[in-house]
Amino acid sequence: MMNMKDIMETVQMIEEEHLDIRTITMGISLLSCCDPDIDRSCEKVYQKITAYAKDLVQVGEQIEAEYGIPIINKRIAVTPIAMLVAASGGDPVKYALTLDRAAKAVGVNFIGGYSALVHKGFAAGDRELMESIPQALAQTEFVCSSVNIGSTKTGINMDAVGVMGKTVCEAARLTADRDCIGAAKLVVFCNAPEDNPFMAGAFHGPGEPECVINVGVSGPGVVRAAVAKCPDGNLTDVADIIKKTAFKITRMGQLVGSEASRRLGVPFGIVDLSLAPTPAVGDSVAHILEAMGLEQCGCYGTTAALALLNDAVKKGGVMASSHVGGLSGAFIPVSEDAGMIAAARTGCLKLEKLEAMTAVCSVGLDMIVCPGDTPAEVIAAIIADEAAIGMVNSKTTAVRIIPAIGKKEGEELSFGGLLGSGPVMPVNQVSPAKFIRRGGRIPAPLQSLKN
Amino acid sequence: MRAIITVVGQDQVGILAAVSQVCAAHHANVIEVTQSVLQEMFVMVMLVNIDHLSGGIQGLSDSMNQLGEQKNLKIHVMHEDIFLSMHRI
Repeated sequence: MMNMKDIMETVQMIEEEHLDIRTITMGISLLSCCDPDIDRSCEKVYQKITAYAKDLVQVGEQIEAEYGIPIINKRIAVTPIAMLVAASGGDPVKYALTLDRAAKAVGVNFIGGYSALVHKGFAAGDRELMESIPQALAQTEFVCSSVNIGSTKTGINMDAVGVMGKTVCEAARLTADRDCIGAAKLVVFCNAPEDNPFMAGAFHGPGEPECVINVGVSGPGVVRAAVAKCPDGNLTDVADIIKKTAFKITRMGQLVGSEASRRLGVPFGIVDLSLAPTPAVGDSVAHILEAMGLEQCGCYGTTAALALLNDAVKKGGVMASSHVGGLSGAFIPVSEDAGMIAAARTGCLKLEKLEAMTAVCSVGLDMIVCPGDTPAEVIAAIIADEAAIGMVNSKTTAVRIIPAIGKKEGEELSFGGLLGSGPVMPVNQVSPAKFIRRGGRIPAPLQSLKN
Repeated sequence: MRAIITVVGQDQVGILAAVSQVCAAHHANVIEVTQSVLQEMFVMVMLVNIDHLSGGIQGLSDSMNQLGEQKNLKIHVMHEDIFLSMHRI
């Protein structure tokens, strides 16, 4: 038999350190559902999703019971709906309602793909979809939306950035009675990955196969516990510990992913090696950084500690999985991370520091609550800055910011569940309006002469 | 298929007997048992064959949870593959 220490280590990871499979996400291509009649198109979408994903939740639960490993979410990602709107025309919200109905029917807790890819410009359907996002998110429960407005190869579509500034504000306004939840389900990307299993930014890219299973692993608590066991080691030792832990976590993700793919008869796509925090105590990325020796997340040293963590997670995970993809790295969603919430409340963690952190983490400004009267141009400029970091550094960056309608600094929004709660963070309100109104495109950056 | 059952808790009379009884009731064949008692803390790891379970692994797991609650023990039933994939290359 295997050695007892290894066995007890795994049990402790699950029992006390919140190790889990964060999500099994089925990607489904909806390109075959394109139809010039929007109602027929919606019907095809519903039929296809409910046929392909009918066993997804059940199989997830079976694996969970058999292997004794918690699988927190079962989700679906679909082809960016703007592509279907291009063929059908009509009111895109009909697709959102269809996706919501399909999600309910198969029992998943989120469905992503109410999306548009506009990094180089708008095609038919794109603008209509982007403008319909606030309504779509207000009228549905499970639908998540994302828009890719820039990439390293194409530059940044500043017209789209301007539209998204307004869209984020409107999404929050239309759901003001529900803690502005609309904006919490909307992500604005630069360099969006096409196989990301994590919400709210998951969609099934046009280069993906017909149907695929992607798995997102998690485990900030496990990494924190491992780092805490090395109080006196130097940072080389710390990086080494994180790599070893990430390897073990990812091996489990690979096992669950391949088993789910076998049982569902769907090809296995990728494992996303992300440290995704939850508001639960002990499941925080900020606490890993603090275990490395920072007094509180947000102080100087945070960016360096996060860079080490992000890189070590990838290095450890890559060998453990046959295909790695998605966002892969450390997430820093403020409202979903107990340590980040605490640091934002004390004022140690500020928006400017978070922006610096996004240059070295796996995503971007995530789940940040800002004052409700923040102008759309300021939100757009935050998106532009974040996209510029992603574009220049050839990495994915994203913005998920929630204007807390009717609230000011010091107050809080509470979304409940995995989305957590967050204090309203101060935002520099000096106007970038003229810059944003110029529109056009920021050209793609030079890929040589890197300094 | 094989599963690993781990039992952790305050040492007391009859833990091994009670766990084995639940295994027998579910037709789980015990292959190997390792146990130790450290400062009154009882730790046991049991390897069982689960090919002929009467109520599936979920049934076995539910019964073990019940037993754990009765005797104030933490009992986990997990598929062997989880441990193999995490700790062996």
